[in-house]
Amino acid sequence: MKDLSLHLLDIAQNSITAGASKISILICADKERDLLELELTDNGIGMDEDFLKEVVDPFVTTRDSRRIGLGIPLLEASARLASGKLSITSKRFVGTTVKADFRMSHIDRLPLGDIANTLTALITARPDIVFELILKNNNESFVFNSSEVKERLGEIPITEFEVLTWICEYVNEGVKNIFGGVLDEILG
Amino acid sequence: MKSLAELEEIRKKTLEQINLRTEKHEMRVVVGMATCGIAAGARTVMNAFVEELKKRNISDVPVTMTGCIGVCRLEPIVEVIDKDGNKVTYVKMTPEKVTRVVTEHIVNGRVCVDLTIGEADKK
Repeated sequence: MKDLSLHLLDIAQNSITAGASKISILICADKERDLLELELTDNGIGMDEDFLKEVVDPFVTTRDSRRIGLGIPLLEASARLASGKLSITSKRFVGTTVKADFRMSHIDRLPLGDIANTLTALITARPDIVFELILKNNNESFVFNSSEVKERLGEIPITEFEVLTWICEYVNEGVKNIFGGVLDEILG
Repeated sequence: MKSLAELEEIRKKTLEQINLRTEKHEMRVVVGMATCGIAAGARTVMNAFVEELKKRNISDVPVTMTGCIGVCRLEPIVEVIDKDGNKVTYVKMTPEKVTRVVTEHIVNGRVCVDLTIGEADKK
């Protein structure tokens, strides 16, 4: 994957397959600890302990089109390249949390990428799911919640082009406010 | 600063438009959005569909995503499905090709044969 936003889109697919009705994405940039954390939490079907142990193995997957699944192994590889790690916690019938961290200043740390675009792609495809996005730095945070947007929109579908454009701009502003000057790739 | 209050304005504006809509295309677009598709650029392709459909004022063709369609070497893969369930599979999609598929297939009903999976396999 070229950037972290594509990884997030990919990992969110697992949550969708797991039947999640709420997917929460947290991106936290801690400049003091030089740490960038991604965390994706869903309320999907979850995994039992045996599957959880094996899930980082590329030859373990639930899909039936072939016997390999690269989403999680690729994210783990990206994290490791930047002195980070991947961890997954899951509980059957409760949900799953996938967490990846990265050394923020590491030369091989993937850039953040287009988070707004990932979010609108997910909303376009699955407007029925509640998506939450939280961005944090050492002092501030930004929260987006699709159910809040839906409430304001009333009978207008969230997939309306004007709404998606607004979400893109809103999230991009959040990214700039929270990560501008904190992540090298985003100007303050 | 953008605020949630702006949604109210969008709501009012859109409400009028929605009431005027009558067209019925009854097609849908499905983009393969598994690891293979995403790595090959499926997200840009999906957004290109949303934008291109908006440009042409087509509001009743939903764009959704699915998992791995099974031919990862030909990603990004897009399926255009009509109301009878007939499926046309486009492969190695790019935003430029999206413009063609929307104009020729979705608007005018002519399948872009040269972009389909059948053609790709002949090469």
